[in-house]
Amino acid sequence: MELHLLLLFMIFAAIVAIEVKDLLSSVVGVGAVGFALCLAFLILKAPDLAITQLVVEILCLIILIRATINKDLPLVIEGRWFFNTISTLAFVVVFLFFAWAAIKELPAFGNPLMSVVKKYLAEGTSRTGAVNIVSAVVLDFRAYDTLGEVTVLFSAVLGIMAVLRRPGRKKIEDKDNVR
Amino acid sequence: MSDNPNTGLPAGKAGMSLIVKTITRLTIGLILLFGIYIVMHGHLSPGGGFAGGVIIALSFIHIMLAFGKDIAAAKISRGLASNLESIGALMFLVIALLGFLGGSFFLNVLAKGRPFKLFSAGTIPLSNIAIGLKVGVGLFAIFLALVILEGAKRK
Repeated sequence: MELHLLLLFMIFAAIVAIEVKDLLSSVVGVGAVGFALCLAFLILKAPDLAITQLVVEILCLIILIRATINKDLPLVIEGRWFFNTISTLAFVVVFLFFAWAAIKELPAFGNPLMSVVKKYLAEGTSRTGAVNIVSAVVLDFRAYDTLGEVTVLFSAVLGIMAVLRRPGRKKIEDKDNVR
Repeated sequence: MSDNPNTGLPAGKAGMSLIVKTITRLTIGLILLFGIYIVMHGHLSPGGGFAGGVIIALSFIHIMLAFGKDIAAAKISRGLASNLESIGALMFLVIALLGFLGGSFFLNVLAKGRPFKLFSAGTIPLSNIAIGLKVGVGLFAIFLALVILEGAKRK
């Protein structure tokens, strides 16, 4: 029941975030979606995910607000609204059809298709010594996936540092001044 | 972005108002300590390297928002941040390669210890510390790079 209320709230906040006129209100709407998702994780008894979602949401809100607070671009709606509405409705119908077809095939909640997770739950603590079963799975049984995640984050930081470094940008500015 | 968009004070008086600075001075240590706690107890309680690392990064971002980017950059410069991030990633890889002592990649070679103790679960706490260091310093470096870019654009 609470979960459905939260899902409805998230859909409502997402629509508000899309439809509202200025960027800062959109950021606040996106933040409302994120915090409702955090509560949904808590209701589904996943405190690890809830903590991660909460702190990442706060970080994203800070970055987005710092980025948007001085660049308020008002939304411009003009022209071709008939074509846009028709195409949006068509895509909504197509996605709803395929989502319905996919959800119909899903196993029931709490009955996963892969049974390896039962082995993890039964033997996790005795085989790794970690009481937190999520840590046991993430850092022991499935540590190779975590290595991939660490690589993704490392390359992201590396790319940002390479793109935003100072010398390269200064050279471009100098070139512009020469022209 | 300049340090104070509202009043445009000079660089010496960068940051937010006195109330924010005082509250930041009181809470910043607690936030950093909570992040370290989440990282260290990742194998005992909910949390782990990623969440704790983000909290550590948020404590430094808190300093930057309250006192301005110069004081925050004096705590951890961009070069130090990049180095620490690489050290965290390499530490995780070394822990992964440590598994070859027992025969395979990512094998938990250290002693398991007793459950519910802080020093237990073999390599899992070490991996948590490595990921926490990497994530915390990496996200702070991203934020620092973005803020410095904004400040350079404004000039």
